[in-house]
Amino acid sequence: MSFAVELKNVRKSFGKTEIIRGAELAVTAGERIAIIGPNGAGKSTLFNLISGRFGLTSGEIHLNGQRIDGLPPYEISRRGLARSFQVSNIFGRLSVFENLRCGVLWSLGYKYTFWKFLAGLDDANRRASDLLHMIKLDRKRDTLAMNLTYAEQRALEIGITIAGGANVVLLDEPTAGMSKSETSRFIELIREVTVGKTLLTVEHDMGVVFGLADKIAVLVYGEVIAFDTPDAVRANARVQEAYLGSVLADAQAAEAGH
Amino acid sequence: MTTTATATPARPMIAGRALIWIGFAALLVILPLLFRSSLALTMLSQMGYLVIICLSYNMLLGQGGMLSFGHAVYTGMGAFIAVHAMNLATKGTIPLPLVVVPLVGGAAGMFFAALLGYVTTKKSGTTFAMITLGIGELVAAMSLMFPSFFGGEGGVTTNRTYGHPFLGLTFGSQLQVYYLIATYCFISTGLMYAFTGTPLGRMLNAVRDNPERVEFVGYNTQWVRYISFVIAGFFAGIGGALAAINFEIVNASDSLSAVRSGGYLLFTFLGGATFFFGPIIGAVLLVFASVMLSELTKAWLLYLGLAFLLMVMFAPGGIASLIMMNLRVAKFGKLGRLLGVYVMLALASAVLFLGIAAVIEMVYHLQLSDSLGATVHFLGFSFDAKSPTSWMAAAAVTAVGAVLFTLARRRFARRWSDVQGEIEAMLAQEAGA
Repeated sequence: MSFAVELKNVRKSFGKTEIIRGAELAVTAGERIAIIGPNGAGKSTLFNLISGRFGLTSGEIHLNGQRIDGLPPYEISRRGLARSFQVSNIFGRLSVFENLRCGVLWSLGYKYTFWKFLAGLDDANRRASDLLHMIKLDRKRDTLAMNLTYAEQRALEIGITIAGGANVVLLDEPTAGMSKSETSRFIELIREVTVGKTLLTVEHDMGVVFGLADKIAVLVYGEVIAFDTPDAVRANARVQEAYLGSVLADAQAAEAGH
Repeated sequence: MTTTATATPARPMIAGRALIWIGFAALLVILPLLFRSSLALTMLSQMGYLVIICLSYNMLLGQGGMLSFGHAVYTGMGAFIAVHAMNLATKGTIPLPLVVVPLVGGAAGMFFAALLGYVTTKKSGTTFAMITLGIGELVAAMSLMFPSFFGGEGGVTTNRTYGHPFLGLTFGSQLQVYYLIATYCFISTGLMYAFTGTPLGRMLNAVRDNPERVEFVGYNTQWVRYISFVIAGFFAGIGGALAAINFEIVNASDSLSAVRSGGYLLFTFLGGATFFFGPIIGAVLLVFASVMLSELTKAWLLYLGLAFLLMVMFAPGGIASLIMMNLRVAKFGKLGRLLGVYVMLALASAVLFLGIAAVIEMVYHLQLSDSLGATVHFLGFSFDAKSPTSWMAAAAVTAVGAVLFTLARRRFARRWSDVQGEIEAMLAQEAGA
């Protein structure tokens, strides 16, 4: 069978520094995967490789059985893989609704059309309105994206990401910089909008990771050292030693401190 | 806010928009009947095609974030092909009524945009700007190498009154030419406005705001830029062809020059690149500046540079944004509160300007027209550029103007932010209700 996303011996060097050292990962369709690891382990780099932002040094990446490494980002997007960014990456001078509609257009086949009016594209407008409702920004429909609050921009970021109906979604630290209450609400939102999709997320908040993920991939120094269910990963001695032990200890210390 | 509240404003908005377009058409028809002098008609004709050119330029600058230093390449090539087409039609080689010559120019502009734009639009930002500059210089240099096509220093002349009259129109009179230009101006403006409401038009805005993200929603940013560039080239070519019909001569050292490209950039920016109608204001200003300002003073380019500088520093959205900002204030019924400070600001600016202008004029006079004697005539004033009294008076007026202007500007800034705060409060109340 073919996997939704499959990485085969993926390597990436910047100059002489090898950041990703033969990463292997096979994600089954519909699974929710969290990628964790210490800072500098290459989590964001891995997302940049999968989504086509960077080219690989060697190895292969497959999406639904099709090889996608070497393709530009828009080709990968057209094949059904979407991603969000760690720093909100939106269209600042367009309204929230326009932002979402920009995310919708290609997937509905409008491409580079300049002989039809946007106002008449009922399917695109309906889809953008639905998305607006899903990310709970109905009231901000006509607000310029650059005037949104931080949390609202994060929601719009997710909205644009899922707009094209991709079945594989990569979220790069979706809750970074959010307060605890915002985070829990946001996780609910992510859960809602990614129903039935394959989800890969980079996350630092262990509460989020263990709450959201079906499986966890642990990336340390550019290698996937463990890929298993949350309980199995928690119990994995190697993971404990390399990363999770210290993080869990920190989390418990922080918990105790409150 | 319920669905009815959001649905009802749609109808008046469509009606309002229709009214604007009808008004625009009526204005184009009526203007030459109101201003009947030959100078006015010449100026109106120039405005007509410059509106098309500046709007086409703003497809790149304002809508696509592409700072082009070479737009004259496409207007110029449109003009040259149009002139040659007219000359071939005069000889009877090709049957081509004058009314479709602008379309030939448009096709030429489009062809060269498709050819050269493929290289240009591969990159964005600074690299794009540098490539357009390079291509502009390249084409300008090339024009000297092919004198048979570009006509060398003398340019290529033509005669627009060839062939049989078209629906009784011979285009011998300037008025008929004006109406030809006005017709193309109206249609082109309409089409370019329509473009802003299409999927490609919107993705062009998205590419301007965040090209990286566009790649992750399925679009190739190069193609978005390229197709838009070719469309802009089409309208630029139409504008160039109309200019050629208007003057019956095209000269490479003028029409293809970097100075010409710079002029389009400057006035599109002055008019306002962030709003669709901004470049229309820019085109009107361009004609006023080059025809009337140059009559008024020899130092007109210097004043123009000054105006551009002030605009970039204080109102980067151009005149269009100033208008829209004040319309917003007026919509909330607060414009009356600003009238006082506006009058103060205007008076203070006038004093300051008078002082600076007197200095500029005297310097110019001493440097360039010394043979004409020491007396400077400017804005109805006459003064002796060699007497220390004039210099001291000018310096004093400048100093007083500077102080007044600073005071007025401070008061204006305070009042303006007060009014904006009140509007925000009203909006917040509305949203809460």
